[in-house]
Amino acid sequence: MSGWLRHHLAALAHAAGRLLRHPVGSLLTALVIGIALALPAGGLLLLDNAGRVVGDVGERPEISLFMAMPPDATATAEIERRLAESAEVASFEYVPRERALTQLAEAGLADVIDDLPDNPLPDAFVVTPAALDPGAFGEIATRFGEWPGVAHVQLDSAWVERIHALIELGRKTFWLLAALLASALVVVTFNTIRLQLMTQRAEIAVSRLLGATDHFIRRPFLWTGLLQGLAGGLVAWLLLSAMVTALRDPVARLASSYGAVFTLQPPAATEVAALLAIAAALGLAGAALSVDRHLRATD
Amino acid sequence: MPCSASTLPAVAADARNPPRNTEMIDFDQVSLRYPGGSGGVHEASFALARGEFAVLSGHSGAGKSSLLKLIAAIQRPTAGRVSVGGQDVGRLPRQAIPYLRRNIGLVLQEIRLLLDRNVFDNVMLPLQITGHPPADASKRVHAALERVGLAGRGQEMPLSLSGGEQQRAAIARAVVNRPSILLADEPTAHLDAAYAADIAALFRSFHAAGVTVIVATHDSSLFDDAAPRRLVMDHGHLREAS
Ligand SMILES: Nc1ncnc2c1ncn2[C@@H]1O[C@H](COP(=O)(O)OP(=O)(O)O)[C@@H](O)[C@H]1O
Ligand SMILES: [Mg+2]
Repeated sequence: MSGWLRHHLAALAHAAGRLLRHPVGSLLTALVIGIALALPAGGLLLLDNAGRVVGDVGERPEISLFMAMPPDATATAEIERRLAESAEVASFEYVPRERALTQLAEAGLADVIDDLPDNPLPDAFVVTPAALDPGAFGEIATRFGEWPGVAHVQLDSAWVERIHALIELGRKTFWLLAALLASALVVVTFNTIRLQLMTQRAEIAVSRLLGATDHFIRRPFLWTGLLQGLAGGLVAWLLLSAMVTALRDPVARLASSYGAVFTLQPPAATEVAALLAIAAALGLAGAALSVDRHLRATD
Repeated sequence: MPCSASTLPAVAADARNPPRNTEMIDFDQVSLRYPGGSGGVHEASFALARGEFAVLSGHSGAGKSSLLKLIAAIQRPTAGRVSVGGQDVGRLPRQAIPYLRRNIGLVLQEIRLLLDRNVFDNVMLPLQITGHPPADASKRVHAALERVGLAGRGQEMPLSLSGGEQQRAAIARAVVNRPSILLADEPTAHLDAAYAADIAALFRSFHAAGVTVIVATHDSSLFDDAAPRRLVMDHGHLREAS
């Protein structure tokens, strides 16, 4: 076995032993780190899920044209002709007011509809625009709205875009929060390692006089920081899994009330690996800063 | 950084196997002024060949500890040249100092036994630092403990040992790496006469084994048998007694 590997194994064993010898302190530190990591990670996970839902809808932007009331068959026919001729329209579907009413009844509103004297719904067209640029949808919708007999145009992509923007805002907020909490983690590890350095002052001083290099002094503390970060990452992962489990049923129920089938997805394996790696790296950074400061101060 | 022998700076290799006719320890007009200006060492010059035994005496505050610390680069000279194994210790880069110290066994008040581990683990520490294979290290620790008369006492905690036994454990720790130089600062202080004589005999035995030894002591007569070089310090000035 090479000296390098032996040194690292010894330092790792030393660090693990130290964490296990103080289980309560180690656990509390891991919890603090875990919660601080789970907060932004959980937020990002939920936003990813939300993005997936919106993404599904957003792939088929639609423009709905509602005709004026009372219904005018001539006007409706004229619009149908224009849509068929328009180069801006990829496809469209005519939804006569009778069919709209039947759909409503099927959706469970039969009781309400039975009480109505007349069919209150207008004729409508559901148009899929040819353009792929979401920015163009607004213009097309406005133009359709000026056609004779069209009472109202609804751009389905408007809310999609708005939600995308909101998700993006949320994602940025959570990344900022993550950066903030990451520096807090470095500080937490810095301080835990600083306290360990204090209690091992004598050992460090003696070791240096006996020929220990800075690397030798540093190694067990770096491993401690890394293991502590890793433990915090594991706690964060557990918290995220618990969150997904707890929210899965309510989210599925909410989705089904909108007629959608949706399951909240737990973080992917690569995301878990990234979470653990980041946690370990932050622990390592905090420990390195702490030890270097101590070595400089006691030189 | 790996610590295999091939990466040791030249100083350690030189000290282990010094060229013939080179002094092991060589002070040339060495001064050490502490911040504040008082104390220390004033223009000390002396040389010890490989395997020599020196006793360093002088009143309290004369500068004996300071002189020993200069050899191990615990203090750096403010003037003059300290050379150990042919290397200029005063100019040694910071990263090279650990490798110098691995070749010097130190018995100093500053290097107490660590109270959180037993005697065996205390003596093991220098070998962990050099990255010795554990099986061989364990053998060496047993051998060092036996050498100082603490065979079978490894599992005891330092505070359960008498003062003399603690000092012997510290000596075992100093020699476990088989250094070519051994420096001891008042190793017999606070010890009963019988214990002190034991310790003195121990240093003579290391000298007999070829180690270059300097012992700072109030009671230089303890070492008369070894017919040592006699270095005397007086208010920072070093002279050699006949
Ligand atoms: N770290 C230090 N800082 C300032 N002065 C010191 C320091 N160490 C020793 N001295 C002073 O240097 C002088 C020599 O001390 P020392 O080498 O310990 O003498 P000895 O070991 O012979 O008693 C004393 O006057 C002491 O006060
Ligand atoms: Mg002294």
